[in-house]
Amino acid sequence: MADPMRIRAQMAGDKANVRVLMSHEMESGQRKDAAGKLVPAWFIQEITASLNGKQVLAAEWGAAVSKNPFLQFFIKGAKAGDKVSVSWKDNRGDTRTDEATVS
Amino acid sequence: MQNRRETLKQTATVAALLAAAGFPQFAQAAFNKAAFDAKGVQEAITAVGGGALAESKDVTITAPDIAENGAVVPVGVSTTLAGVKQLLILVEKNPAALIATFHVSDAVEGNFSTRAKMGQSSDVYAVAITNDGRALFAKKEVKVTLGGCGG
Repeated sequence: MADPMRIRAQMAGDKANVRVLMSHEMESGQRKDAAGKLVPAWFIQEITASLNGKQVLAAEWGAAVSKNPFLQFFIKGAKAGDKVSVSWKDNRGDTRTDEATVS
Repeated sequence: MQNRRETLKQTATVAALLAAAGFPQFAQAAFNKAAFDAKGVQEAITAVGGGALAESKDVTITAPDIAENGAVVPVGVSTTLAGVKQLLILVEKNPAALIATFHVSDAVEGNFSTRAKMGQSSDVYAVAITNDGRALFAKKEVKVTLGGCGG
């Protein structure tokens, strides 16, 4: 199981600024190991975010997103105390969901 | 004990059920492999359902002029346009151009930042696909310092 994500959600005006730091190798599938064999791609493919259980964002990523990916987005109409949850799914089928409270 | 094949089969069944249950707003959110395998910028845009590329002032890209480390290039994309369906980040000279797709909804602002890997200096594209299929872009050249030593 992957390490937890670090999520920070802060109000900025009438929007919530959500910053997420995920912990993932994001192997591109282009790199070769010491033996000269290609390291198979392993990366986060799908990301969803929801506010109080209602989905607000869906995103798809390729292998070219950096290791331990960072993502920032803004949710309209959020208020302090709301729950933001973010989940990802990688190309091996692993998933992880974490939640944070808007402050 | 479940083996891999059974697990895969069940995953497929669950995915099919979810698809049947219907999430209209995010119906297109299934991973678009064709788009992420596409080599060029226009190819990738076509694969996600966009038309010919047109430059637009309403799409903004945020990226450094010079990236010292090609493995971590901060890229932001934003738009002020209404009726945008998807926002895309692409790097022209990467082995696969498409880096990320964001499905814009009413509840989220058209403004995303993330970090990308770049193999070499290249133009970075921010593309907004509108509901009527137009592909509006902004681009910026990012120079990658090889070796990552800032030399």
